[in-house]
Amino acid sequence: MIGGLFIYNHKGEVLISRVYRDDIGRNAVDAFRVNVIHARQQVRSPVTNIARTSFFHVKRSNIWLAAVTKQNVNAAMVFEFLYKMCDVMTAYFGKISEENIKNNFVLIYELLDEILDFGYPQNSETGALKTFITQTGIKSQSKEEQSQITSQVTGQIGWRREGIKYRRNELFLDVLESVNLLMSPQGQVLSAHVSGRVVMKSYLSGMPECKFGMNDKIVIDKQGKGGASEEAAAGKSGGGGGKQSIAIDDCTFHQCVRLSKFDAERSISFIPPDGECELMRYRTTKDIILPFRVIPLVREVGRTKLEVKVVIKSNFKPSLLAQKIEVRIPTPLNTSGVQVICMKGKAKYKASENAIVWKIKRMAGMKESQISAEIELLPTNDKKKWARPPISMNFEVPFAPSGLKVRYLKVFEPKLNYSDHDVIKWVRYIGRSGIYETRC
Amino acid sequence: MTDSKYFTTTKKGEIFELKAELNSDKKEKKKEAVKKVIASMTVGKDVSALFPDVVNCMQTDNLELKKLVYLYLMNYAKSQPDMAIMAVNTFVKDCEDPNPLIRALAVRTMGCIRVDKITEYLCEPLRKCLKDEDPYVRKTAAVCVAKLHDINAQLVEDQGFLDTLKDLISDSNPMVVANAVAALSEIAESHPNSNLLDLNPQSINKLLTALNECTEWGQIFILDCLANYTPRDDRESQSICERVTPRLSHANSAVVLSAVKVLMKFMEMLPKDLDYYGTLLKKLAPPLVTLLSAEPELQYVALRNINLIVQKRPEILKHEMKVFFVKYNDPIYVKLEKLDIMIRLASQANIAQVLAELKEYATEVDVDFVRKAVRAIGRCAIKVEQSAERCVSTLLDLIQTKVNYVVQEAIVVIKDIFRKYPNKYESVIATLCENLDSLDEPEARAAMIWIVGEYAERIDNADELLESFLEGFHDESTQVQLQLLTAIVKLFLKKPTETQELVQQVLSLATQDSDNPDLRDRGYIYWRLLSTDPVAAKEVVLAEKPLISEETDLIEPTLLEELICHIGTLASVYHKPPSAFVEGSRGVMHKRLPARTGSGEGTECPDVGNAAGGSAPEAAPSIIPSQGDLLGDLLNLDLAPPTTTGPTPSTSGMQMGGMDLLGGGLESLVGTLGGDIGGSPAMGAGFGAAPAVMPASLNAPVGGGLGDLFDLGGGVGMPMGAYIPPKTVWLPAMKAKGLEISGTFARRAGVIQMELVLTNKAMSVMTDFAIQFNRNSFGLAPAGPLQVLTPLGPNQTIEVSLPLSTVGPVMKMDPLNNLQVAVKNNIDVFYFSCQYPISMLFVEDGKMERQVFLATWKDIPNDNESQFQIQDCHLNSEAASNKLQGSNIFTIAKRTVEGQDMLYMSIKLSNGIWVLAELKVQAGNPNYTVIELPASEIAAQINASEFKQQTDLNINCSEETVN
Repeated sequence: MIGGLFIYNHKGEVLISRVYRDDIGRNAVDAFRVNVIHARQQVRSPVTNIARTSFFHVKRSNIWLAAVTKQNVNAAMVFEFLYKMCDVMTAYFGKISEENIKNNFVLIYELLDEILDFGYPQNSETGALKTFITQTGIKSQSKEEQSQITSQVTGQIGWRREGIKYRRNELFLDVLESVNLLMSPQGQVLSAHVSGRVVMKSYLSGMPECKFGMNDKIVIDKQGKGGASEEAAAGKSGGGGGKQSIAIDDCTFHQCVRLSKFDAERSISFIPPDGECELMRYRTTKDIILPFRVIPLVREVGRTKLEVKVVIKSNFKPSLLAQKIEVRIPTPLNTSGVQVICMKGKAKYKASENAIVWKIKRMAGMKESQISAEIELLPTNDKKKWARPPISMNFEVPFAPSGLKVRYLKVFEPKLNYSDHDVIKWVRYIGRSGIYETRC
Repeated sequence: MTDSKYFTTTKKGEIFELKAELNSDKKEKKKEAVKKVIASMTVGKDVSALFPDVVNCMQTDNLELKKLVYLYLMNYAKSQPDMAIMAVNTFVKDCEDPNPLIRALAVRTMGCIRVDKITEYLCEPLRKCLKDEDPYVRKTAAVCVAKLHDINAQLVEDQGFLDTLKDLISDSNPMVVANAVAALSEIAESHPNSNLLDLNPQSINKLLTALNECTEWGQIFILDCLANYTPRDDRESQSICERVTPRLSHANSAVVLSAVKVLMKFMEMLPKDLDYYGTLLKKLAPPLVTLLSAEPELQYVALRNINLIVQKRPEILKHEMKVFFVKYNDPIYVKLEKLDIMIRLASQANIAQVLAELKEYATEVDVDFVRKAVRAIGRCAIKVEQSAERCVSTLLDLIQTKVNYVVQEAIVVIKDIFRKYPNKYESVIATLCENLDSLDEPEARAAMIWIVGEYAERIDNADELLESFLEGFHDESTQVQLQLLTAIVKLFLKKPTETQELVQQVLSLATQDSDNPDLRDRGYIYWRLLSTDPVAAKEVVLAEKPLISEETDLIEPTLLEELICHIGTLASVYHKPPSAFVEGSRGVMHKRLPARTGSGEGTECPDVGNAAGGSAPEAAPSIIPSQGDLLGDLLNLDLAPPTTTGPTPSTSGMQMGGMDLLGGGLESLVGTLGGDIGGSPAMGAGFGAAPAVMPASLNAPVGGGLGDLFDLGGGVGMPMGAYIPPKTVWLPAMKAKGLEISGTFARRAGVIQMELVLTNKAMSVMTDFAIQFNRNSFGLAPAGPLQVLTPLGPNQTIEVSLPLSTVGPVMKMDPLNNLQVAVKNNIDVFYFSCQYPISMLFVEDGKMERQVFLATWKDIPNDNESQFQIQDCHLNSEAASNKLQGSNIFTIAKRTVEGQDMLYMSIKLSNGIWVLAELKVQAGNPNYTVIELPASEIAAQINASEFKQQTDLNINCSEETVN
């Protein structure tokens, strides 16, 4: 298991050092600093073995988190734990920075003591932790409260406490998708996938039993004709084509979802944690609506000049508006000057980023816009050709590019007297660009 | 409230100040002081001096302060064991606290204080806590057992904690179960043979139930533990798989990977024709792909594991090539791993896409990545035959970019493509040759040299190209030197007329001027091969090479099986068994995949057995050993990827027996062995049995030295060669002001030759060489002047052959064959003596008429007769006779008496003396008896000894040939 955990600043100074096992000596702290943080070359692997000691590290802004072990530990678990550690710290004191860590070092030690015992990760749900590890010191608790805490931390439903009450039962569902694309210069889709998340914010009283339904192809096909009317009702929102159901390649769920039930019936049932949680992640690759198409044209005019023309086309319902559109056109390192003309939005050459950045605030569906640029180059002796990084794009659209639709989210709370109809529900779809690249 | 200020105090006298603050009455001040102490501890300052003061703060109701003090204790208790006892009371008291959080904190901290004395006090509280009513305390106590075991294993066993821990597996609380499983698994790991985790269907069932309820981390512990279980039959295996599969949808990647591990392992036991088997395979792919959208570090872990899974069960991900395409912003470690998997998944179906991608990657910035991409193109060509042509043209395109490392890498892989598809793509050689100058890496240079040597006949200026490499021979790396040596020998065998000089040059560079034993040995082997038997040399050096196999660098199957059992762990990241990086007993246990066992119904279904048997070869593609076989390595394959084939017939039977027949030019190795070399049959025997290849004889009248290497045609087919002793040093450089002379004698076409090697080891040039002999037994004298025409520069060596006549003045010497020589040069006159083999004096017309022989035999007085045995000679009489004839010992008659062959032989010396001999050869008896009758009164003794030596040598030489 994990033998120790260190947090360093960018200079390699130790901010937090917690050793769980005897086999990890003090020199391990230095070994990592010398061999990884101060290494001359770029880090070649997130796992480093130095003198039979293995170091796992992740970096958050300029803070290094390193877990150390001498055993054959579960590597995936160690990284998951490090991410979780970051989440917990963020939940407690915001951004992970040197200052914040120094300001909260006592708290961090306390957390480390709780969530990692002898190197075994323990309950690390912030919701549960916050009930008994607080920045302001422990409030005096009654005996009841104490046993409630412990049963919650160790219990089956470790993510929710009992006795929650709201005057208004309300829940918000966000379907957040990032659409990823790699396209060849000729417009051929080399790879495309959507990775989506369903984020749920719930303010519900008691221990509500929830059931979530979406237009999953497997479920719809199973229901067959019987479910046809329901589908018609569900198919009204969204910007893409009138797809009735989507094929989900794979999905993963928050630990509150009963996985065996999903495996058997493909139904998603759970008791949600109070407040925000990421209910589900999913991935689709079939029939993705690509909101934008980028058509690049790069022409080298002699050795010192480059002509670039990029056309973008929006590909969704004209009534919808895409926002925060940004096209990033890379320029060679020896660029000396750039002239840009664009039809819409603003374009600027940013020398420090080696790119022309073209920004458009809003753009409706089924429209087209264009930018052309002349790039002056300094003559170089460098034999090597410019590698031409791909043109990348950022945007946000108000629909789910995968075609996913929420069909229902039913809430049952048998003990309290509110019904599914009393719950106010909000659903929102946001499609963002992931890595959306077109080679040129 | 900012705590960062605690980090800033660095002034002197700090400890003293802290001490005062710790003993303050005010709670707040105490807390502040403890925080400062912890901050100092974190940055590595030694604050152990404050131990008693900090421990004093322990008795407090303030939980935060308590935790801080505990933290301090954990760090320093070990350095102050006596003081640590002071804390025990508080711990014991805290273990009784009504607040479960405090009870748990106390037992947790106590376990972390690694002081033997404290552990004794720990036992009682721990026992209570293990049975505590609160699950939070129990789950903490479970881990504490593992801590205690780490400090004092014996104590844990004696106190019966292990049994209590086992009971906790049936606890009602899932987290207690998970921690108990984790603790037991770790303890079991350090006791490989104990039956601690007694996994049986009942306990497995409990674990599977807890799996659905506990935290993500608990699920990982349980799944990792399940993976160690071996189900009894395929039905149990299937039912476990069914209950584990839902975990594949968990958001935590580690849960997913551990579930994959269990499934991969238990799948081994399922019959392949089972529907469920196929379903399971299909279910595995999507979660593995999903792992690739995790954070980069996890992607890396996932990719390393996928690499293993793809090798074990390629069918799972064969349709998922696209997800492994590299993204521009991927960290380099993710990129490199993706590339590896792309190559493994490449097939005819997706090769076009893969190639297009690889070509794209080859233009990226990161040098390592680009190189690997180029190499990957080569691998695709070898793996997917249909794509080879496209790969080659892609590589050519890349060479046109002239980017130095791309070109070099491309040449290395093209060499492999040639090895896989001989006589198909050689048209590109011209393009490759254009880039000769830009190659600066050994591997690329070696590859290019290999190509030039291999296709020397198609490259007009091959000799010029190789010569250009030869200029800086000594500065090259060994790899290049070896390759150059081989390539030039190949070239010589293909174009012998134009390249004599070149091959001489490289052979002498390799054998004389190099300190590298590999290089020298290879040089000698070629040299001997060429001088002994050019036909054999051709067969060996230009042998058809085995094709290289399509699958390179697969993990060896037993290791792969072990690594599959370690999916998700560090072992799977390193691709090494745990024993390679874990100290102590923990890593020693080797895990193995379960064997497929049929259940009761297994016999009804005939395919079950077949599937078990059939899967083995399928799962084990031919694996290439990481080191090429020795022989292949000797024979110019050194830069090629190691091959799968065994020794090739043409190369394994090296005709080392011919060694003794060597002409001049090999002074040092043979010279050191001296005359003994021939006398020891073991020398030849060591090289093993071999198909017969008759060595070429070197009977043709050529000059000494290397000259005889080049007259290859004439000797072929002639059965014999006269024996020539190896060269010995006659005059060491120390005794002759830097001139070293070594040499031997030979009889070539009836002319006695004295073969000399003159080496100038002095700093100045030597000229004006002359030679003279003292009077000797057989009247030997130089037949002409010593032919050293050019001055001999420092460190230069020259080989001279001096013909001798036997008409000089005669004086009996002792021993008879002693010869005293004087050599003069511009520096001085030097004297030395040497002994020549009598066989040199055996003349060609020594065959006596049968009648004369009979008469003479009878006439010789018995006193002259001498008799001796030749040991361990495995020739039959025929061969022996042939062999001896090569040295002018002629068989006159042969008769067979009682299974013994009797050979009658005659020899004539240059001074007209006859020697008659009888050779008894008994079939099956390796020993020969020789009875010898010198026909003249002159010195019978010389003949006795000399004959023995000569026959011995000759017979030994030829022994290899016949056997």
